[in-house]
This record gives sequence, structure tokens and C-alpha cells, in this order.
Amino acid sequence: MKKAKGLLARFNTSYLIDNIVPIIFIGFTLAGFIVAKGLPINFFLSELTSRFYRNAFLVLSLLIPVVAGLGLNFGIVIGAMSGQLAILIVRYLSIDYLHLSGTWELILCFALALPIAAFVGFLTGRLFNKTRGQEMIASLIAGFFANGVYQFLLLFVVGVIIPVRATHPIIKPDGVGVRMTVDMGGLHYALDRIFRVPFMWAVLVVSLLVLALVVVMYLVRRKRGQQGSLVSFIIKVALLAGLACFSLYSIATNSRLMYVRQVPVVTVILIALLCVFNELIMKTKLGQDFRSVGQSQHIAAANGINVDRTRVIAVVISTVLAAWGQIAYVQDMGTLNVYGAHSQIGMFSVAALLVGGASVRKATVPQALIGTLLFHSMFIMSPEIGKAVFGNALLGEYFRTFMAYGVIGLALGIYAWNANRKSRITLDPEPVKEANS
Amino acid sequence: MSDILLSFRNIAKEFSGNRVLNNINLDIKKGEIHALIGENGAGKSTLMNILFGMPVIHTTGGFEGSIEIEGEKVQITSPHEAMARGIGMVHQEFMLIPGYTITENIKINRELTNPNPISRIFGKQLETLDMKRMNADARKALDIMGMDIEEYTMVEGLPVGHMQFIEIAREIDKSGVKLLVFDEPTAVLTESETQNLLSVLEKLAATGIGIIFISHRLDEVMQVSHRVTILRDGELVVTKPTEDTNKHEIAELMVGRKVIMERSGSDKRKISDDIILSIRNLEVKMPGEEVKGFNLEVRKGEIVGIGGLAGQGKLGVANGIMGIFPARGEVIFEGRPLELNNPKGALAAGLAFVSEDRKGVGLLLDDSIELNTVFTSMQIHNQFLINLGFAKFMNARRIRRHTQAMINDLDIRCTSSKQKVGSLSGGNQQKVCLARALTQNPKLLLVSEPTRGIDVGAKKLVLDLLKKLNEEQGLTIVMTSSELAELRSICDRIVIVCEGKVEGILPPDASNTEFGLMMSGSRAGSQQGDGIA
Repeated sequence: MKKAKGLLARFNTSYLIDNIVPIIFIGFTLAGFIVAKGLPINFFLSELTSRFYRNAFLVLSLLIPVVAGLGLNFGIVIGAMSGQLAILIVRYLSIDYLHLSGTWELILCFALALPIAAFVGFLTGRLFNKTRGQEMIASLIAGFFANGVYQFLLLFVVGVIIPVRATHPIIKPDGVGVRMTVDMGGLHYALDRIFRVPFMWAVLVVSLLVLALVVVMYLVRRKRGQQGSLVSFIIKVALLAGLACFSLYSIATNSRLMYVRQVPVVTVILIALLCVFNELIMKTKLGQDFRSVGQSQHIAAANGINVDRTRVIAVVISTVLAAWGQIAYVQDMGTLNVYGAHSQIGMFSVAALLVGGASVRKATVPQALIGTLLFHSMFIMSPEIGKAVFGNALLGEYFRTFMAYGVIGLALGIYAWNANRKSRITLDPEPVKEANS
Repeated sequence: MSDILLSFRNIAKEFSGNRVLNNINLDIKKGEIHALIGENGAGKSTLMNILFGMPVIHTTGGFEGSIEIEGEKVQITSPHEAMARGIGMVHQEFMLIPGYTITENIKINRELTNPNPISRIFGKQLETLDMKRMNADARKALDIMGMDIEEYTMVEGLPVGHMQFIEIAREIDKSGVKLLVFDEPTAVLTESETQNLLSVLEKLAATGIGIIFISHRLDEVMQVSHRVTILRDGELVVTKPTEDTNKHEIAELMVGRKVIMERSGSDKRKISDDIILSIRNLEVKMPGEEVKGFNLEVRKGEIVGIGGLAGQGKLGVANGIMGIFPARGEVIFEGRPLELNNPKGALAAGLAFVSEDRKGVGLLLDDSIELNTVFTSMQIHNQFLINLGFAKFMNARRIRRHTQAMINDLDIRCTSSKQKVGSLSGGNQQKVCLARALTQNPKLLLVSEPTRGIDVGAKKLVLDLLKKLNEEQGLTIVMTSSELAELRSICDRIVIVCEGKVEGILPPDASNTEFGLMMSGSRAGSQQGDGIA
């Protein structure tokens, strides 16, 4: 009885409100499956995983600024532009002079993006210290401004001030500026193709690994004399074992799931490493400073932490990660849309993070990963629902843009509402107690 | 003498020509609990700011005199440097992060770390936190104070008493701490928590740490301190061993003999027996100035003063009545109950308020004197308007004429009635506030800290004006002020607020000792005064 009451209390309205965004998205995706009956599962999973490999890195790059109290860094757009600049420079040099293989080109891109992104990240970090309290809107506008500089650089400076070969394939035919789309050449799939595994094999391996980990952890805990919950252990083991068996069955029967896009192992490992990095850095002195500054700049400063410097470091890390994330994204796409590929990155990555249940002040690795999956499920389902319900896929396309912006507005609104509610001064509820007794 | 830990030598400090500290000489010995006592504005905080090298001192021209630590002359230019020299501060407002555990708070920016392969390349910032050792250190600091709370507990939701101890634990944990400053540490504690804290102070002193104990609770000072120093108006009055004095003497010295303006012309006034305002069980949640059950009756035509030390809740009373902060209780104004938490209703009922927060609540800084003067009357009483039925316009001519009259009456120094109030001096801004309040033709005027931040000449003008209004128009005034001398100069009786309640009511000519004791909450030895409670 008591337990049921406790469960009920935990599931009250404030819980619903706090998690309204993920709930809406789960509901939407489920509804999509029901409405769009004909949607093949392998198509859905292929689309979803591709989008996940492309976008997860960018979403994860948002975490550190949130922890450091800077809010959602729309400025990752600037990082993305740095990544694209690196790609263009490498492509230009590679075609004319270096003649590198795809993998080396990729490594060079990563290396070149680091100083560019670190520099612009430093500048945006300084900007955020000057616009304290308005970091999010500042990052949004800084992104638009940087876009102007980026266009000026690529449409005018290249060719007019920096001499380039007019017949170069990435330069416009008149010799001034970079083309709208640039072929990635050897860079296409440079990261993805290093090592690929069929989807179900990957599921099998991962589920077996996690299973082993769960069992070992449980045994270690038992040995130390700590009492773990036996029920949750059994449930975990059963689920993982079931998943492993299911993937084995799929492999054996060569089911539809075998046609899901192959897993680019190196990309996934990089995403995993970034997750680990995000977790590990929080266990260092620097990470603790991020948290201190994020919780209260005033108290952090009073205890001698260099608040401004810490915030700049957070922005630099975020911008560099975004640049690398954009390189990973573009190599998967195959062609670089020079003037458009970065434009929506900030909005969509922020929306994905918020969909995972994150807020302006709190964001975790699981929220980023789950958010990316949910957000892109919505993206895939929207045209399908539009087709099934209105007979028009385009409506769904409109709808998903609406959802992306809507979710940002909703999440920010709920956050502000909660913050207001908490900071409101209210009388202590003394007399109520008196009345009761 | 080798046991002297810290010496202030001839310390003096001016803020823009206003001397707030003068010729302070003070020694703190090792292992001594040294109480520092004084009214608000006596210079305690300034002295501590100097000791900690706070930026507010250095951006206003530094200070005169010198500080010696263990006989060595030192220049302390930043709080960080003070920390490095072994001086610690237990803040009055808690410097704790609620979302952190006790350990994390104790160790903030002094985290213990272990090197790892990455940190060997990229530097110390990336060393891994050693939570185990940090917890052990925190445990040790908590044990010194006899606290058995778990060090990995989240600070959020702990009782305030615990938070105070965590602050202290942080200072103890800093290696080489020689001197600790406690700024009103017991202000937020319950009786038993206070006793715990005092015994912790004694324990710390026994280990050789010097302690500066700032408090207005004389009982605690008598109980725990070895020596007492009293500051008044920036001067050091006396330093004495505690056993050679008593709280009556301390109270007397703290309040001192200030110049008292004589009440004159009181024969012309009539105070009727009608109760115009009656407050029962008023509770106000004003941060830092909470009122917890305030009772008062105000007669028509009198000037009632509300005094008391900062943070005791005297400011909350007027703010609660006017609906600026959430309030509860019963307020009867002119026989009708006044709806609380409704600023518009309070204004409409005929109350006017001159706020202590002149720049925040009191004035529209970017607007003209004219608009500020008539603003409330336009909003509440629909005056100074031309009503066309579908729209209302400001009646510029009447506003100008009225403001001009006010400027003449109150002697507001300005270039024209169109001048922005933000560019006026503090005293003239205050007069604009008063002009606005008077424009409402109030039946009762609430004035909070009317002389805060204005110079001596303007102070007298403002007080004279209040007195004149009371005498000539029979306006009832409730004036809240931190300056006792000011209250004593114009009030008929003075209510002393302590811990959110009425501690007592005194006539303006009561002795310094009585005021001092009452403000410190030491009822013993003071009568209830002769006012009506």
C-alpha cells in the first residue's frame, strides 16, 4: 500500500511536467508507427542509425557548457564552420599538392580544425564573459555573425585576396569563391569505411559485452559484501540475453534486420570515447571547477576560482568538439554543402539534447544519446505521418521544422517557469500546521 | 609580545570624503576570542573588508595605517592573499553550493587530486579528484566540531545550523589558518545550535587560533569572549577584558551619547486617542528582514519610530503592509481591515510609502521629476489626467504646476522639473520620493530609512520636513530607521524590533543602556517601556 502510494507520488504532475518533452516525442514516434503501417523496420533503423552516427558527436559537444553554467551553446555553429574550413583547406591542398589517401586527409582535417576551432572558441568564450547572463542569445547571434564572416571569407577573400587556381574543382568557374557544393572525394566515408560490421552482429557483440559487464559488476559487488538488488540484476540479464538471442536468430534466418545499414565501428568508437571523455573530465579538477562555476559564479570566485578562464575553457572544448563532430558528419554525407551544412546544426543539436530531457542547467550523456535517437525518430516519422494522414509528405516536412523549434521554445519555457516558481518568495506554511494540530 | 597574532595600527578609511574609520588600534592574541561590537555603520564591516583586502577598499582609494601579522607588516590586496596568510572568514550569507556534498563544499577549489597519464601531458588541471582523501579530510574537520553528519550528504535541504558549521569546517580544513572572523554567526541559529557553535569557538581558540567574533547578542559575547572591543561611528571606544565589564556597560558604550535634536513645538500638536493603524501578528517574508509576528497600534497624529539592528525585521514591517513582500496577519487601517499582498489596495486606502530601496522601488530613475512626483496619484487616484472617455492623457500643465510647487516647498535642488531623477543627488532624490508620497494626500505615511545614503545637511532637512508635516497637517508617520539618533530626534515613541518581533517600546528620552540592551535582545534589566504594546 505504502509502496504504491510512493510510486504514485513519484508519478505526480510535476514529474510529468519535468519530462514533458521526452514524453511528447516518445508518444509521437509510437503514434507514427501505428499510423504509418507500411513503414519497413529496416528502413527506419537504417535511417535512425545513420542520423545518430552523424549527429551524436555534435550533441555531445553541448554538454560541457551546460555544466559550466553557460546554457545551451548555439555557438557550436561556429565550431562547425571551423570544421568545414579545415575540410576545404585540406581538399584544396590534397587535390593540387598532397594527393593524400582518404584516411590521411581525414586526420589532417581533424588536426587543422583543432587550432581554428580553439581560436574562434576562445573569442566566443570571451564574448560570453562580456554578455554574462545572456550567453544563449549571444551564442545564437554570434553564430549568425560568424556565418557572415564565413561567407565573406569563402565568397570573396578566396580568389580576390588569396590567389587560387581558377580551374580547381572546388573553386567557382570564375575563379572567385568556393563552389556551393564540394565533392568530398576520398574523404567520403573515410571514417566510416575503416571497419564496418552488419547491424545485428554489432547488436550481438554489444549485448554480450554489456551482459558480461553486468555479471562481473554484480559478482564484484557481492564479493565486497554490498547488497545489490537481485531482481533488477535478473531483469537486466534476461533482457540482454534475450537481445543476444534475438540477434543470433536474425543472423541465422537472415531476417529483414540484416539489411539495416552496416555499423561504422570507428565512428561509434569515437562517439563512445567522447561519452567517456565527458564523464571523465567531470572527475578532474577542471571538471569540478566547471561544476562550481556552473552552480554559482559568485561562490566560485569567492573561493579563488578563475571564473572567466574556466568558462572560456569550457567554450573552447565545446567548439573544438563541434568542429570534429561536423567533420564526422560531412564525411558521412559525401558532399559538403559549403554554405548550408552548418546553418541548422546549432538548432537541431540543441533540440535533440532537450528532447532527451536536458535543461539549460543540467545535461547528461544519456540524455544526449537518448535525445538524439528520439529527435531523429521524429524526423524520420514526420513525412511518413504526413503521407499516411494527409496524403502529403511535404506537410510532415513542415511539421518537423515546427517540432524542432517548438521543442526548444517549450523546454526553455518550462525551465524559466520552474526557475521562477522556485525563486518566488513565499511565506512559511506555519499556520497550516497549527490548524491541523 | 610574541602572542600577538594580528595588529591593526592607526587604521583610517574614507569613502568619498566621509570618514568611516578613524585611528583604529587593535591587537588580536593567539587563542583569543575577541568580540567586536558596534551598531550598524559603526565601521565593523569596513574594518573586516580592510583585513580581507576586499576590492571595495582598493577601488575607493585604499586605507591609512597598517596591518601586522605576527609582528610582520603585510599588504593584503586581495581576499585570496588574506586566505594565503591564514586569515579565514565565516560568512554571514552562506558561501555554500547547495547542489554539492559537504565534502565538495569544504574542498571547493582546494580539491585533492592524483596525477594521471593525461594530466602529465596537459597539466595539473586535468588531475583526477581523489574523493577518498577529500572525504577523509572533511570528516576530520567535521569531527573537530563534533558533527556526526555524513560528509557525503548533499548540502541542499540541511538546516541552516549545519550550513554554518560546514562553513567553519571549510575554514578549519584550510591548513595554517591562524585567524578566523565570524560575522554574526549566530544570527540564523536556534538556541541549541548557538550553544554548539559557541563551544566550537572555544575549542578552536584552545588550539591557538585567534577569533574575531562579531555579534550584537551581548549574552553570547559575555559568555564566550575573552576581550571586547566596541566601535562607534568609526572610532574605537574601548577594548576591555570581558570579565571587567558587563552588558549594561557595553550597551551604553555601543549606543553612545549622540547629538540629539530636541523635539520642539510639540505643544502645537494633538495626538488623538483614535487608533488609525493596528497591526496584529504580522508576518512578512522579506529576505534578510523577516517579520515573525509583529504587533503595533498607531494613534492618529503621532510619529512612531521603528528601530532595531539590521536583519532583525524592522524594514519588513512597512514592506509587508504595502504588499511589496508576501505577508500574513491582520492590519486594520481606519477601522477597516486592509487587504495584504495588494500594493494597489494599500495605496488606494490612503497609505503612502517612501521605500528604503530608493533606486529600486522608490523612483523611476530615467524619468523626470514631474512624472515621478505624480506617478502614483495618476495610477491610483486618477488625478492629473484629462479623461476623454476612450483614452486618458496626462494633464501636463497641472503636473508641471504641482511639481513646481513641490520643488519650492521641499526645496528640491534641480535644473528644472523635467530633470531626470537619476541625475539628482541622494538627498534630492529622497525629497522627490517624499513629494510623490505627499502628492497622494496620504492619511498615514510610512517612511523607511529616509536618510540612508544622503549627506548630513540633507538629513536634517528631510527630518525637519517630516516633523513639519506632522505638526502642521497632523499627518501620522511611521518611520523605520537604523539610526537611533534620528528616531529619537523626531519620534513620539520608538518600537525596537528584534528577531522579527517587538522587543519593546521606549520613549525617545530613554537611556542609551535601555536602547542598547533592547536592540541586542537582552530583555533582562530593561522594562517594557511606557508605550502601549
